Amino acid sequence: MSQASLDRETFEVFRNWRINRAQYAKEWKHRTGGKVMGYFCTYVPEELIYAAGILPVRILGSHEVQDVTEPHIFAMFCPFCRDCLAQGLKGKYDYLDGITIAQSCLHIRQAFTSWQKHIPIDYSYYLPMPHHVQSPRATPFLTKELELFKGSLEKWLGKTIDDQAIDNAIDVYNRNRQFMWKVFELRKGDTPPLTGEEAMELVLSSQMVDKQDHNAALEGLLTRLSKREKTRPAGTRLMILGSEDDDIEFVRMVESCNSTFVIDDHCTGTRYFWNNVESDGDRLGRIADRYVTRVPCPSKDWPNRTRVDHVLKLAKDYGVQGAIVMQQKFCDPHELDNPALIKALNGAGIKTLFLEFDVTVPIGQFKVRVEAFLEILQEDDLF
Amino acid sequence: MSKNGKYKTAPLKCWARVKELRKKYYEDYAKAHDRNGLRWAGGAWSFSAIPSGLGEDVWSLTSEPYAASIAFNKEFSLRCLEATEKAGYARDLCAYMRNYWGSIILNEYAFGGTFPKPDFIWQDHICCSHAKWYQVVCDLEGVIPHFSMDVAAGPYNEIAPHKIDYLVNQMHDGIEWLEKTTGRTYNDELLIEAVKNEFRSTSTWAEICTYNKHVPAPLEEKTMYSLYVLGTLDKHSREVADFYEELRDEVKDRVDQGIAAIPNERCRLMSDTQPPWGFLSIFRYMEEFGAISVGSLYTYGLIGIWEDKPDGSWGPRTTPMEQGIEIKDRDQALRLYADWTLSKPEWQHFYSPHLKTEMMARIAKEWHLNGILLHYNRGCEGLSVGIAENRLGLIEAGFPVMAFEGNMGDEREFDEARVRVRFDTFMETLGIKKDGKS
Repeated sequence: MSQASLDRETFEVFRNWRINRAQYAKEWKHRTGGKVMGYFCTYVPEELIYAAGILPVRILGSHEVQDVTEPHIFAMFCPFCRDCLAQGLKGKYDYLDGITIAQSCLHIRQAFTSWQKHIPIDYSYYLPMPHHVQSPRATPFLTKELELFKGSLEKWLGKTIDDQAIDNAIDVYNRNRQFMWKVFELRKGDTPPLTGEEAMELVLSSQMVDKQDHNAALEGLLTRLSKREKTRPAGTRLMILGSEDDDIEFVRMVESCNSTFVIDDHCTGTRYFWNNVESDGDRLGRIADRYVTRVPCPSKDWPNRTRVDHVLKLAKDYGVQGAIVMQQKFCDPHELDNPALIKALNGAGIKTLFLEFDVTVPIGQFKVRVEAFLEILQEDDLF
Repeated sequence: MSKNGKYKTAPLKCWARVKELRKKYYEDYAKAHDRNGLRWAGGAWSFSAIPSGLGEDVWSLTSEPYAASIAFNKEFSLRCLEATEKAGYARDLCAYMRNYWGSIILNEYAFGGTFPKPDFIWQDHICCSHAKWYQVVCDLEGVIPHFSMDVAAGPYNEIAPHKIDYLVNQMHDGIEWLEKTTGRTYNDELLIEAVKNEFRSTSTWAEICTYNKHVPAPLEEKTMYSLYVLGTLDKHSREVADFYEELRDEVKDRVDQGIAAIPNERCRLMSDTQPPWGFLSIFRYMEEFGAISVGSLYTYGLIGIWEDKPDGSWGPRTTPMEQGIEIKDRDQALRLYADWTLSKPEWQHFYSPHLKTEMMARIAKEWHLNGILLHYNRGCEGLSVGIAENRLGLIEAGFPVMAFEGNMGDEREFDEARVRVRFDTFMETLGIKKDGKS
């Protein structure tokens, strides 16, 4: 088998999970007899859902033009939230038994509330995830909200979620995070054994499948990656950051131009798995604390803008030469952070390319801009 | 609806007073340092009674009404918006925020002189922009001590002790922070007085709005914008609470005497979200049809605090003082304050548009409306959130709805001529013609 075939096979399982997410969920239901819960934002405490024997799956868009959400969401809100709702209205998530959201931005919650109203679903839950995550009051508040959420799930399912199930869920999720950390650590090397596209496949698939299945696959992947021939030169080392972004095609295009994304700050990337649930304290309190103290979405990053230091540290740790700032059209939280982030990155000597994207990415136009950006960075290397 | 009816009208007697209070508010803020006082900046929804505990020489600049004042001045507004865009901020962000930042960048105060930098920031957060707004202010003006509170604890119909605790604990932290930041000793008596003033002003404003259930309406919405604004500036002050009681008496008197806001009222409407401030003339255009906007959830519920009355109607919330509750200490004042404010109607739709649709349908019914105007407001994601679902819900409930796109604070995004044409069509669907047209 050729190296190229081996490379493809290494990530095939993750890619298949992402592409065939509906089939996976349906098979999982058949196999386990469990329910499937769609969630709209990575602030949803999946551990609690998983402990209830439910498969949490992230609702994402399709990157296809759609015409079904105009009556439901005003066009000034982000294309991503409309794309997510479109999937529901078109019946693409007909295997869901419930939906939930943890309070984050105003945009995505509209996908949730319209879904509640217009798409028949057995169960829905709005979790008032606190915004003031820098306050010591946030964790106690969320802990109490998690108690209510737990009670609601128990009532729906007609069973108790016991401590052992919660411990197991925490363990499964923490293991997944640790595996992801290990894989991402490898990207620090001069010749990373995986591309940004492959890294994105890992994170996206982890949001769609049973973490135990994902853990087993990651464990195998780590072994294979250690043996993978490092024949692909990294080229220019890039970071990608910004709004929700699961655009594999864009990442592939950039990496076809003699560059590699070595790290990200996306909720479809590191922000999703960067922090663990700690081991001390009561169970729900620990889960609450994890979501309060995780790397924040800009909508919750105030009064201090902690993301700047975090992003700069990532850039330094991963040897980043340039950063592509992806701005989902109309995404206010990121629009509020980007000028400061760009200034900080540039101040640290890291040039940036700002791109505003829709659910459909103009690959041709973006390629011209990306190539010009890479040319500038490569000239820096010369001089 | 009174077909071709003519009602007597009269100007509001307290009109000069409201203008005087507003002018004084902006002057007091600008001149605070001349009096060795303190200046703070924050949103119109912030818990403004709390900084009052620092002393009687503390003045605020609330961001949204200040930005609306800029928007009303189209020339200055355009310069502010362009300055903000030049500084790298996206054009689709909150229009108030962009006007406000522009005023800082240009270093021009809308009421004359240079922009008066606040001593501290006291903000709350329920929409994506609130606390972030002032994060950028700090980027632009240099470090300013900044305290923001999260108020997004869930809808009031799910109120629970831990939700109140979440707010109250942040308030206690905030008071500690205020003392540390300003070096002043906090005075609980001043806090209690300010909280009581706010209960009084926000309940009285709701009561004033209920008089518009009367046909003909004693107030029309364009005038109400100039009245409600005091509640967005200084809702905790004795002057505003007293003024609203004075206004309430005058509006009640107008109802008793059959004094109408417009003489030819024959079509009662309500709007939604902030109006395009540079184009308030559209309300005068509506009057050519005998159409009056008697208010909106925005004018009623942005500062007004409401409750269900025993007869099933919507009315002013009974204040703790009216309930015979004596406020004795800081914690009690803060608990009552948190509970009171969490019931604000304009906070409920942040959790579900369906809650807003219910409130709007209720207004449409109790205020005897013929139709509803929905401003799809590109300038405010917070109040436009869920607006498309409101449209569907109101149509389903049987109300005629006209939707139009615009922007409360960016004149480049409001097409006045097109909105007028759309309004003509809407009137036609309601069977209403302009005065003098058969």
